[in-house]
Amino acid sequence: MRRALREKRSGLTPCDFETARIDTYVGTVPALDDLRVRPDLLDYDCRNNRLAQLCLEQDGFTGQVAAARDRHGAGRIGLYLGTSTSGLHATELAYRRRDPETGALPADYRYAETQNAYSLGEFVRRYLGLTGPGFVVSSACSSTAKAFGSAARMITAGICDAAVVGGADSLCLMTLYGFHSLGLTSAGPCRPFDVNRDGISIGEGAGFALIEKADRARSEAILLLGVGESSDAYHMSTPHPEGLGARIAMRQALDSAGLRPADIDYINLHGTATKTNDASEDRAVFEIFGPQTPCSSTKGATGHLLGAAGITEAVVSILAIEEGLMPGSANTRRVDPAIRSNYLIENRRGKVTRVLSNSFGFGGSNCSLVLGVAQ
Amino acid sequence: MRVFVEGVGVLGPGLQGWEAARRVLTGEEPFRPASTLIGASDLLPAAERRRTPVPVKLALAVGQEAFQNAGRDASATATVFTSSSGEGETLHHMCEALASAERDVSPTRFHNSVHNAAAGYWGIATRSREASTSLCAYDASFAAGLVEAVTQVASWGKPVALIAYDQPYPEPLHSARPLLASFGAALVLAPGATGRASATFELAVLPGDGKPTVMSDSGLEELRRGIPAARALPLLEALARKSQSEVVLDFLTEVRLRVSVSRC
Repeated sequence: MRRALREKRSGLTPCDFETARIDTYVGTVPALDDLRVRPDLLDYDCRNNRLAQLCLEQDGFTGQVAAARDRHGAGRIGLYLGTSTSGLHATELAYRRRDPETGALPADYRYAETQNAYSLGEFVRRYLGLTGPGFVVSSACSSTAKAFGSAARMITAGICDAAVVGGADSLCLMTLYGFHSLGLTSAGPCRPFDVNRDGISIGEGAGFALIEKADRARSEAILLLGVGESSDAYHMSTPHPEGLGARIAMRQALDSAGLRPADIDYINLHGTATKTNDASEDRAVFEIFGPQTPCSSTKGATGHLLGAAGITEAVVSILAIEEGLMPGSANTRRVDPAIRSNYLIENRRGKVTRVLSNSFGFGGSNCSLVLGVAQ
Repeated sequence: MRVFVEGVGVLGPGLQGWEAARRVLTGEEPFRPASTLIGASDLLPAAERRRTPVPVKLALAVGQEAFQNAGRDASATATVFTSSSGEGETLHHMCEALASAERDVSPTRFHNSVHNAAAGYWGIATRSREASTSLCAYDASFAAGLVEAVTQVASWGKPVALIAYDQPYPEPLHSARPLLASFGAALVLAPGATGRASATFELAVLPGDGKPTVMSDSGLEELRRGIPAARALPLLEALARKSQSEVVLDFLTEVRLRVSVSRC
């Protein structure tokens, strides 16, 4: 991901997911087709848990969790994950194999281990050998951002000493056809904030992070400085036109971090590339940050990872800090002249100490995170 | 962590509202199972009211009752929604459409399919722009919601409403995940004593697989076991009886929640 950001590379390709026949682009993880989950957890085998497993095995993460387990005890590590559609694709496949006489689902369909939103939670809990408290947040596209908020509160309250946060969302027919039915899928690779933007590219992705109390942190550690959560109270699938809920979430995130807008070096936007999202998010960002603070959406590179957008864009934010890199917007050619924020098309180098990351979802669910390094 | 309980809402078989449930839970009246009656919410504008699926109506109904009993403004209160089952009817229709040759899916059904549909409609209904989350922990969804809500009250020093609900799935999903009946329960929790508060919860997360508190009435125990949201029943019973008691709730494997309930 580090290299892809440096090279401003997009992973979006024409949609060839399963039997989907939609003229759009997607971000796929092709390895999932042939992957199987760990043999002792085969009951949980589905695209979403395969994606979670593939991600857990990156970057020495399982080793880090094992070390934390030794430090704190398996029962003192919480698990706060997010997903939007969990193993829903398993249900889609099962509905094609219903008994022609009775309509029953096939005998090998496993609801709890695939379809249920908590399937991801139980799979990861077993995979990592954790026995602490936890749950899955499923608030559409803000899910894995909100998981950070829950985990931070649980650690502060002493419910656990450390927590695994993050989650996974994999491609399924429901989201492809659903967003298409709303007229929200782009025919090409999505172009956030472009004058000719015409919708989203759906992607699949996962991310996990281990968080611990800040008083244990090494000086170079990334800190979760602030979290803001709000609701639009406006519409199920359209954001508030003036970005009212988004503004509340960003202000709260800054307040809880004890920071002013000028303290933020870069904003990783939600930036889905729909006409309405980008316009309303721009209004909200401009209202708070004015025309200076560099901001961009990385969805032109990844696609919209839906429930996994929060964690993966938190990872982008961390990489921005580590690399001193404010990522430019892949696929965006000309910024919409109506946009007033300082939107980056090209990568920009510079010192990045604090990043604000936005995640907004259906149902008007908003979450903003502030990540940074100690000053 | 200690919170004050300001209001309760409940809907379940033979438990039509908190007042009726209270009489059953105190033993003043016997438990007589009957279909749960779930009306459309008068909080929603007419256009939204027509679109709301049954689980959303259930969540809105118990939430509204809890706020009425608490005498608190829903527009200024954060919410925690928790459900094991989410939007079953919508899921069924979407999967049927996706299994057909045409794949003609309804955009309204699609936005109603998200697990946080109830939270979204609640925001529209109450005009609350406060934080709202939507959780799932399979059979432990009620305990998950309670620990999140209590932790939010403790972190923010502000009131939070917990709304737990489960609606049985239509076939063929029902056979794969049978839920006994519709059940919803809501609690308005506050950080300090107010005139409205009737009880306090002192919450602790315990390691181990200790036995949860069960219902002495076999019919109510059947509900508790058969519907994840009805795992709230022992806590509701303690509130109804207004007695000092300790309730142990199922959470995940090797984790339990202990709630010490006191009058105030």
